Amino acid sequence: MIGKVAITGLGYTEFSAGSPGTSFRELTYEAAAKAYNEVGIEPKDIDTFVCTSEDFCEGYSISDEYCNDQLGAVLKPVQTIPGDAIHSLAVGTMLVLTGQFDIVAVQALSKLSNMKTIPNMVNFAFDPILNRPLDEHYSYVSGLAMNRFLHDGKATREQCARVVVKNRANALQNPVAAYAADLTLDNVLDSEPVSEPVRLLDLAQVADGAIVFVICSEQTARSLTDNPIWVKGVGWSTDSPSLESRDWGNAVSTRLAGDMAYKMAGIKYPAREIDLAEVTDEVSFKELEYIEALRLFEPGRAGLALEDGRTTRGGDLPVNVSGGDLGVGHLFEAAGAQKLMEIVLQLRGTAGSRQIANAHTGLAQAWRGEPTTSAAVAILSNK
Amino acid sequence: MELGKFKLGGTQLKQSDIDRGKVLTLAQTPDLEYAWDDGVAIGRYLEELKNGKIIARKCNKCGRIMIPPRMFCELCWRATDEWVYCKDTGTVNTYSLCHVNWDASRIPEGEPLHLPALIHIDGASPGMGILHVLGEVDPDRIKIGMKVKAVWKKPGEREGSITDIMHFKPLRAARKKSKKKKSGGR
Ligand SMILES: [Zn+2]
Repeated sequence: MIGKVAITGLGYTEFSAGSPGTSFRELTYEAAAKAYNEVGIEPKDIDTFVCTSEDFCEGYSISDEYCNDQLGAVLKPVQTIPGDAIHSLAVGTMLVLTGQFDIVAVQALSKLSNMKTIPNMVNFAFDPILNRPLDEHYSYVSGLAMNRFLHDGKATREQCARVVVKNRANALQNPVAAYAADLTLDNVLDSEPVSEPVRLLDLAQVADGAIVFVICSEQTARSLTDNPIWVKGVGWSTDSPSLESRDWGNAVSTRLAGDMAYKMAGIKYPAREIDLAEVTDEVSFKELEYIEALRLFEPGRAGLALEDGRTTRGGDLPVNVSGGDLGVGHLFEAAGAQKLMEIVLQLRGTAGSRQIANAHTGLAQAWRGEPTTSAAVAILSNK
Repeated sequence: MELGKFKLGGTQLKQSDIDRGKVLTLAQTPDLEYAWDDGVAIGRYLEELKNGKIIARKCNKCGRIMIPPRMFCELCWRATDEWVYCKDTGTVNTYSLCHVNWDASRIPEGEPLHLPALIHIDGASPGMGILHVLGEVDPDRIKIGMKVKAVWKKPGEREGSITDIMHFKPLRAARKKSKKKKSGGR
């Protein structure tokens, strides 16, 4: 990457199933104030702002117009990305690399507890002529994908359930996670069937929360903090939206987004060079699918790696130490921000009781959720 | 639109063509429900409206007394400091005479117009006010700078909403005396 870009400030709220009594503005203000305070800056020092929002999630058309007060971005250059927060980080990184913006704030928010008809909203993301008339709950797409994944021998049903047990237990060490739990494999395998093979506990539950990052150029980063976390590479990709003709057995867009980020970061052997990863586990099997697509494990080996404890907190390549979407909560467009946040905390060495020893390079990946095929990846490093 | 008076090229598509299924379309209505958390600032604001009062929040740095209230000053970037009650009177900053309903349907001739107005509230800082509607006023006599007062619903009918104020009416003069053809307010 030409010139270096670093994440210097990080602010976040706790993640919770609901946040009654706090408006979306007040949530973001809390995260932004913490992020700016960390590096001793004020909004006047920030050159431009990148927000993340999706109108249907917020319940406002042109929701981007409502992003700026709470960030201190009134009458400042602001733009909004209707994608995942990792897309926003990619945009913020590019803004710094232009040389025109030295300090950039990147924001993400989930206030999904306020959206009362989520199945209808997600159904509205499907093709209106070809798919919506079927009137199915959107989890059927996860059912189709998981069945194909299992049929292709990528993992076993038990291994998928093990992802849930691991991640919700990981969340027990994360004080801001919403869905920490001590579960058994049978709890997951015997939970209510939803769209089989997907069962209730295979699915992440919605949570609220806000996250703000301050990113800046190398020179400024060094003046603001002693522990800058460098953005080494970013990548993103989207497959065809067609449910009828996408590649069901393979997470192609995540593979390509990962390869793009690795190339930028100069990473040749991801399995050896990545110390930890936070990836989408919005549906249990996705974690296994994505870590394989990201070349962190050989094809068909992700489930075995999990069984062998290699992806647990004490393993050689911990995955979703934060608790992931399953343990922290499903944050929709803010999902990638929570993954970036965990990598930043780990690489700073401030992850508390869930700290990974000797972590230098981490990967954050997010998928935009059903029925999308959009994925974004970022590689962060403390060196 | 009165397109009939223009000579148009091509073959016109008529509503009846669509109604008879000659044009293939698929209609759906989204069923989206939201319940937005008011938060600390707006929550208190609505609670006070229910009490028949207008409350603002003051930033001691810039000195602004802000309506609608907010827990942080978006200009000073700091937490705001105190609650301040304002009067329920104010001044019309700008207004519009609306001949259409929210869905663009026209208000029938002789029916009252909608009279949205931005009202600067007495006691709040310049530029701070309430977006509401005017009532009990002759639309032709509304003036920018006109003094107005809130007309509240009865205490038992208030529910903690911006509509706990029915409308703002002129303090004096300009009041509607007799029923005119284009009378304002609802
Ligand atoms: Zn102020």
